[in-house]
Amino acid sequence: MLCIVGTVPDAEFPLVTGPLRMENDRLVIGGRTVAIQRGTPALAGAVVAVARVLPLPPVQAWLVGDIGRGDGSRRLYAHLEVELPRHPWTVVVFHYLQPDVDWHNRVLFAVEKMHPRPVLIADAGFMYAAKMSGQAREYDLFTPDAGELAFLADEDAPHPFYTRGFILHQEDRVPELIHRAYQNANAARWLLVKGRTDYLACAEGVQATVDAPASPAMEAMGGTGDTLTGLAAALTASGMPVERAAVMAARVNRLAGHLADPTPATQIAAIVRQIPVALKQVIDTPGELK
Amino acid sequence: MGLLSFLKNGIRGGRGQAAEGSKADRGILIFENTSDVIRAENRLKAAGWPVRVMGPPPEIQRGCDLVIEFPLIQRLEIMRLLEEAQAVPLEMVPVTGPLLTPVDLFQTVDYGDWLMVRAANMKICIEKSTRTIVNISGGGCPDVPYLAQEMVGKSLTEAPRPREIGHTLCGYALELAYEEICRQCSAS
Repeated sequence: MLCIVGTVPDAEFPLVTGPLRMENDRLVIGGRTVAIQRGTPALAGAVVAVARVLPLPPVQAWLVGDIGRGDGSRRLYAHLEVELPRHPWTVVVFHYLQPDVDWHNRVLFAVEKMHPRPVLIADAGFMYAAKMSGQAREYDLFTPDAGELAFLADEDAPHPFYTRGFILHQEDRVPELIHRAYQNANAARWLLVKGRTDYLACAEGVQATVDAPASPAMEAMGGTGDTLTGLAAALTASGMPVERAAVMAARVNRLAGHLADPTPATQIAAIVRQIPVALKQVIDTPGELK
Repeated sequence: MGLLSFLKNGIRGGRGQAAEGSKADRGILIFENTSDVIRAENRLKAAGWPVRVMGPPPEIQRGCDLVIEFPLIQRLEIMRLLEEAQAVPLEMVPVTGPLLTPVDLFQTVDYGDWLMVRAANMKICIEKSTRTIVNISGGGCPDVPYLAQEMVGKSLTEAPRPREIGHTLCGYALELAYEEICRQCSAS
């Protein structure tokens, strides 16, 4: 069972929990609809798209409106603290929440009460909070981009905004940054670093890379990292080991992007639409890993 | 295991009372004089923000003998409040790294008909011919999807600025990217 935890960019959107479905390119949850734009809705859209191809266990989203003031995130954090131990989630993916070390630690404390412990995936603001709190090793998968990897690699930076220049300049040396992030215990058990080449890494170093097909315009698009995280979460929930799910997610995300033939102006819903086709192709043609 | 270090880090008792070891999400406001400190503290507390006045860390060489601790992530929103109160700080720095400075590197990618500028973890992309914002990406704070929703599809001159409607450090990084792409457009 998969639980998606995140926010939607609407200050009036209440805390909503429940199963997800897609109707006319919009997510439907708890009687409300949400456009599939960047952020957690894009992640959730990718999960629903996977469910059209693979049998998934029950999927729920726990969403709240937050436009950056943090009020919605704090309501959701409080909900997580109480409710997480009451649910038998096998995978929990944490996404766009206001980074808050105190609340992050309370949530992690709630996770400790879950038996068996779910696979924990984090991206975006919750990944920032996990690193800030010094608890990154408690997670199974982070999905940073190269800039966020530099933040994880910089033991002093409290936010990507403060990543020191001498580390940021190493963006084309991803394996070194991965090593530094693990050296300082600021990485999850697995890292899926998204970029021109996607890297799967663990404490022993890079384990796999995926670099084709390449669609350079995807870097400018909002939401391509969110769909990647959603794919990794959904595939993990389908029963795959997290590392295999991460590599397959990278291949599917790239292929879905390629099929959408994007320009830098393409919106993420166009890629979400291609995920079922891309996933079928990847399943039918297992690729060699580098 | 993690629980041990978790307990070592501690949990804040309430909103804003940070225990030692869990201050990575806190910042320090440095002011010229104590009058500004008092004005800023009053304004921020009136707005409900968990702030506290304290002595500056030894690394801080500028400003008066008092600083204000604040939620670092909310940099843009706090700055707006202080501008309204005419109590603009000399600096806003992380508690855990007072000497850290914001990323000041910009990366520009020319896609032919489109131009993308990145500042820190935020990217903004425009169509060159119309200067319409076509995509905003990166970031992890919840105002990023909101900023994208409000800005994408509008021209650089019509769109609200991140500094006006954003709240967080990610929003501030987007403001820097926005300013840089405006600068590049005006220079071309």
